[in-house]
Amino acid sequence: MERHYRLTRRFMPGNRMNRRQRSAVTAVLIAVLLAAVSIGAALLGQGGLNTHLDMRNLPPSAMHPFGTDWLGRDMFTRTVKGLALSVRVGLAAACFSAAIAAAVGLASAALGKTADRLLSWLIDLFLSVPHLVSLILIAFVCGGGMKGVIAGVALTHWPSLARIIRAEALQLRAADYAHVSRRLGKSRWWVATRHFMPHIAPQLLVGLLMLFPHAILHEAAISFIGLGLSPHEPSIGIILSEAMRYLSAGLWWLAVFPGLALLVVVRSFDRLGEHVRCLTDPRHARE
Amino acid sequence: MLLECRNLAYRYPGGPYVFLGVSLSVASGEAVGLIGPSGCGKTTLGRILAGYAAAAEGTVLLDGKPIPPKGYHPVQMVFQHPEKAVNPRWRLRRTLAESRMPEAAELRRLGIDEAWLDRWPHELSAGELQRICIARALGPRTRFLIADEMTAMLDAITQARIWHAVLAIAKERAIGMLVITHDRALAEAVCDRVVTWDRLSIG
Repeated sequence: MERHYRLTRRFMPGNRMNRRQRSAVTAVLIAVLLAAVSIGAALLGQGGLNTHLDMRNLPPSAMHPFGTDWLGRDMFTRTVKGLALSVRVGLAAACFSAAIAAAVGLASAALGKTADRLLSWLIDLFLSVPHLVSLILIAFVCGGGMKGVIAGVALTHWPSLARIIRAEALQLRAADYAHVSRRLGKSRWWVATRHFMPHIAPQLLVGLLMLFPHAILHEAAISFIGLGLSPHEPSIGIILSEAMRYLSAGLWWLAVFPGLALLVVVRSFDRLGEHVRCLTDPRHARE
Repeated sequence: MLLECRNLAYRYPGGPYVFLGVSLSVASGEAVGLIGPSGCGKTTLGRILAGYAAAAEGTVLLDGKPIPPKGYHPVQMVFQHPEKAVNPRWRLRRTLAESRMPEAAELRRLGIDEAWLDRWPHELSAGELQRICIARALGPRTRFLIADEMTAMLDAITQARIWHAVLAIAKERAIGMLVITHDRALAEAVCDRVVTWDRLSIG
């Protein structure tokens, strides 16, 4: 038994890590991957985006791992740069959205009954409209472009998170320890920042990370239908939308690699959110 | 110092009176037991005295003056369920330091192990948590302590240890105590005088 244990430890070092450590390692790896995409895009330079009419429509090879398009542009460069752009747009939109959600949720719980009723009504109103419709409208009103996409996603995605934050804050406000803290002479503000924030911050962080893939997908969708980023910016949505025209001509690599890359990034953010939630819960602290 | 309440009445909004005309006084250094059946309003009375709830009628006075609603409340309360009275996302050192950090001797006296302070609340038993809550409630500016079924969840030996320590500290610092319980034997063992609820309320 002892020998078996030693052997396992020796040859399967992964076994020594518990769930929490694995979570932490995975979260860091995912963060590194996403950072690598952004940094890689900056390092790749503009060379791959130039047209080379003598190298049109090449299938994937060692020189062009994702092939080239109908203008001879390197698809690998375009994909990485497109991903980086999507990640930037997604991050900005998710941050704005989470900020709105936090403000509305906390105000709803802190400002009294009338404010709560009003804000709940606002949340319900936003949730009752299909968000893709309002997203398209807002992006259209803002005149398209990066600003339109960010504003559209930020303004349509806060209600569900705001509802979660509000529920959490209402529950916290009724907690015994919050009342005890007030009787110990602490101010309302002190209680909110010291007692409530540790509960709300993980929700907010996880909510932000979960909004991220949404934001990226919506950016791609809006750009796909032509209301998003301008065509010379290589975002994933534009790449996919352009690739559609060449799919029937047999140029499968134009859509498959950027599409897969988008899926990987979106799934990575999803996983990152789950791991962060697990790591910030003190119930898992001693694992 | 004297903590007194005169003609207190309480009711939930729109409901009938839970109790009416309750008058009670506790002097510094005195331990008063309050016994009564379940659901009669003992805890609510404690909450009103400690500033957690507002009475529908009547007044709570400390040395003849009303207690200011802001700042450290001189009447502190220890609840029946300690696990709800501590923030689950704070380590216990922080919870304890919310009133002030007691000296090592006082911690030992209440049976608190220094090692507990670096743990999370879910890693302690209810009895251990209750000792933390008692230590927190016994801050330097506490003049009266309301013990609401403070040791109901503990075994007899631990109960005895905690009561010995709390009563000794209360006598030393002249803290008045209101011991709310349904256990007459306990009340008679630890209190200077015992009040029965039906003598107190006409509700």
